[in-house]
Amino acid sequence: MKRAILSLLLLTAVPVPALAADPIKVTLQNHKFTPSEIHVKANTPAVIALTNKDATAEEFDSTALKVEKVVAGNSSGNVRIRALAPGRYPFVGEYHADTAKGVVVAE
Amino acid sequence: MLSALLIVFREVIEAGLIVGIVLAATQGVPRRGRAVSGGVLAGVLGACLVAAFAGELAALFQGNGQELFNASILLLAVTMLTWHNVWMASHGREMARELKAAGHDVVTGKRTLAALGVVVGVAVLREGSEVVLFLYGIAAQGGTTNAGLLAGGALGLAAGAAVSALMYFGLLTIPAGRLFQVTSGLITLLAAGMAAQAVLFLQNGGYIEGLNVTIWDTSWLLREDSIPGRLLHTLIGYVEAPDGAQILAYIVTIAVILALMRLIGKPVPRTRPQPAE
Repeated sequence: MKRAILSLLLLTAVPVPALAADPIKVTLQNHKFTPSEIHVKANTPAVIALTNKDATAEEFDSTALKVEKVVAGNSSGNVRIRALAPGRYPFVGEYHADTAKGVVVAE
Repeated sequence: MLSALLIVFREVIEAGLIVGIVLAATQGVPRRGRAVSGGVLAGVLGACLVAAFAGELAALFQGNGQELFNASILLLAVTMLTWHNVWMASHGREMARELKAAGHDVVTGKRTLAALGVVVGVAVLREGSEVVLFLYGIAAQGGTTNAGLLAGGALGLAAGAAVSALMYFGLLTIPAGRLFQVTSGLITLLAAGMAAQAVLFLQNGGYIEGLNVTIWDTSWLLREDSIPGRLLHTLIGYVEAPDGAQILAYIVTIAVILALMRLIGKPVPRTRPQPAE
């Protein structure tokens, strides 16, 4: 019985939560983000659809945004941005932090 | 080369501190070397697999594979750390006493050793996969010469290992009688920090909503992505701007571990410490 409940819970838990909003498209190429300044509405969750056109993996990393997400080479991934107070939130591609940088601006 | 050194150093200390604590916590337990080195080895293998299949892993669960995977292994580590602490609270003191008194092999230490082996494996896997992805990335793009990359990586590894060894030997200077208390305290905080980190991954996958307002921000005091900030993040789960869900996970983990240690780890009938042999 317990196991049945558990597997039921797992079944209901695993389906993926819907994305909060239309994704904002961002591309990574030659270890640079385009656009590198991303505007979102303050206090509203958003989603960045990151397409990595480089051959190697990159980690979208931001302490301010509380996100670390690896996007493999030549593939894409969604980065959820939580509801943010107005302000500027820098992020980097951790493996190429010299060139891969950007900022999310909540306003 | 410098960037290779820095990244490898950073990831190695993060995993190494955990290995140092585990080694200190298992001081005097027979065959602990096997559990710890087994954990490291499995972690390295796992890191290579995770790095090699990063794309496939991420694509699972409609793009949430990475978040779910990270949250799961972190929660696994939290469970193992909890188990270890509770088990040690009930058997540890007896065990230490027996070991000293008779010096005979204690079989009972094996189980919790396996649990700590898992913790070491998880730590190495998480940090290791980043190192592999990063080094592979530089090697593939050929910006730095491979020799420079290798040298940087090796230096980073050595420096990270040195800091971890410092942590371990530092812990060993604590008198044996208190070492147990210190390591179980450290393990409790380690587990709490990991639980909060797991919550973050679940939030980023969209599985946890609510309580996501930042409660305080101490980035002016200590930046989380500075080296001291990272060390504290690994050791006690320091987060510069935690939200409600993270703080809750942190506090609940500590409360649960302490309560279980009290409840299950019934105090061993207190015998007076034996006079010096």
